[in-house]
Amino acid sequence: MYGNDGLLDEVEAAEEALRDAAGRRVVGSEGLDDYFTAVIEADQKIEPRDWMPDSYRKTLIRQIAQHAHSEIIGMQPEGNWISRAPSLKRKAILLAKVQDEAGHGLYLYAAAETLGVSRDELVQMLLEGRQKYSSIFNYPTLTWADVGAIGWLVDGAAIVNQVPLCRCSYGPYARAMIRICKEESFHQRQGYEILHTLAHGTGGQKAMAQDAVNRWWYPSLAMFGPPDADSTHSEQSMAWKIKRFSNDDLRQRFVDMCVQQAEVLGLTLPDPDLRWNEQRQAYDYTQPDYDELKRVISGDGPCNRQRTAHRRRAHAEGAWVREAAAAYAKKHAK
Amino acid sequence: MSGEWPLWEVFVRPRRGLSHGHVGSLRAPDAVMALRNARDLYTRRQEGVSIWVVPATAITAASPDEKDAFFDPAADKVYRHPTFYEVPDGVRHL
Repeated sequence: MYGNDGLLDEVEAAEEALRDAAGRRVVGSEGLDDYFTAVIEADQKIEPRDWMPDSYRKTLIRQIAQHAHSEIIGMQPEGNWISRAPSLKRKAILLAKVQDEAGHGLYLYAAAETLGVSRDELVQMLLEGRQKYSSIFNYPTLTWADVGAIGWLVDGAAIVNQVPLCRCSYGPYARAMIRICKEESFHQRQGYEILHTLAHGTGGQKAMAQDAVNRWWYPSLAMFGPPDADSTHSEQSMAWKIKRFSNDDLRQRFVDMCVQQAEVLGLTLPDPDLRWNEQRQAYDYTQPDYDELKRVISGDGPCNRQRTAHRRRAHAEGAWVREAAAAYAKKHAK
Repeated sequence: MSGEWPLWEVFVRPRRGLSHGHVGSLRAPDAVMALRNARDLYTRRQEGVSIWVVPATAITAASPDEKDAFFDPAADKVYRHPTFYEVPDGVRHL
C-alpha cells in the first residue's frame, strides 16, 4: 500500500506510472481477448476504442456513473451551509469546494460517456433512481461542524478510496481520477481546519465539533463498502485492475490515518474498542453497522428522498435554461 | 427529454511555449458556451493560458483495429533514424 506521508505523492506516482507504462510495448498476442489481457497485465491503459469484454465495459459504466452521481448529489449536504457559513472566507472556500464537486461530476460523466453511454441516459438514471450514489450523502448536515467533519472524514475516506483509482486500467477514468485527487486534497484540509478551529474555541464549539465527529465516523467507515467476504464485484474488478485494494484493506488504512489526526484535533473517535494492535501493526476498531449501510443504499436513509427530490427539482427548474441555450445555438448555427 | 447538447473535446495550453494538450470533454450548446464551460471546468486553478474546444464530431480518429496495418510501415524504416548510420572514426561535428 502507499506510504504514510502524502496521498498526493501517490497520485504523482500514479501519473508517472501511467507515462512509464505508455512508453512500454505490449508483447504481441493473438486475438482481441489476448490483447486486452496483455495490455492490462503490462499495466497499460485500455482506451475508449479498444476492444474490451462487455462485462468490463458494464462494470466501468456502473462504477463511473455511480461515482459521478455521488459528486453531484454530494453538493447538497454542503450546499446547505453556503448561506450560513460563519465568515466570508469560509463561504468563499465552501463555494469553491462545492463547485469542485460539480466539476468532478462532469469529468466523470465525460469519462463514462467514452464507454458508449450517453449523458442524457446517465442523468435520467440518477433522476429515476436506477443508478446509485454513495450512501454517505443521505446523512444530514445539522451544524456548521458537519461541514468540517465531511471535509475531514468523508473527503478523507473518499481520497483513500480514490487514490488507487488513479492506477485504474481504463485510461479516461484513471486520468479523471488523477485530476480529481489533486483537487480533492484541499477539501480534506479545509474540513480539518474547520474542526481544528472549533475544537480550540469555546466549550460549546468544541462540543459541536465532537458531536459532528461522533455522527460522521461510522457512516464514513461504511463508505468503503461491505466487508470483503460480502463484496460482490470486488474479485473481478481486482483482476481487471479497476480496483487495486480490497474494501477492508482501504478501511483499515483510513482508520490508521485518522487516529493521530483526531489526537491533534483534541477530539475522540467514538469507538471504545479502538486500540493499537502490536501484532498486526494496525488499529483494532469496531466495524460500522452494515445493516444500516444496506438500508441506506436501498433507499431508506435519513435523507434519500430529500436528496433525490431536490435533484429532480433542480433539473426541472433548469430546463428552460437548457432549452434557451439550445434555441440560441440553433438560431446562430445558420 | 429534449435534444442532447453536442460533445466538445477540450485542449489546454498549460504555459506559453507548450502545445495544447487534450484534457477531456464536455457538453455545451455552442462553441462560445463550450469555451466558457471549458474555462470553468478545466482551468479553475490556472491550469492554462489558452483553450481550444473542438466539436467531437469534427475529429476523425484512426481505428485501433487497424493500428498494425496503419502504423507498421514505419517500423522497418530504421534508416530514418540517425543511429542507423555508421560514423567514421575521427569525423567531427556530424
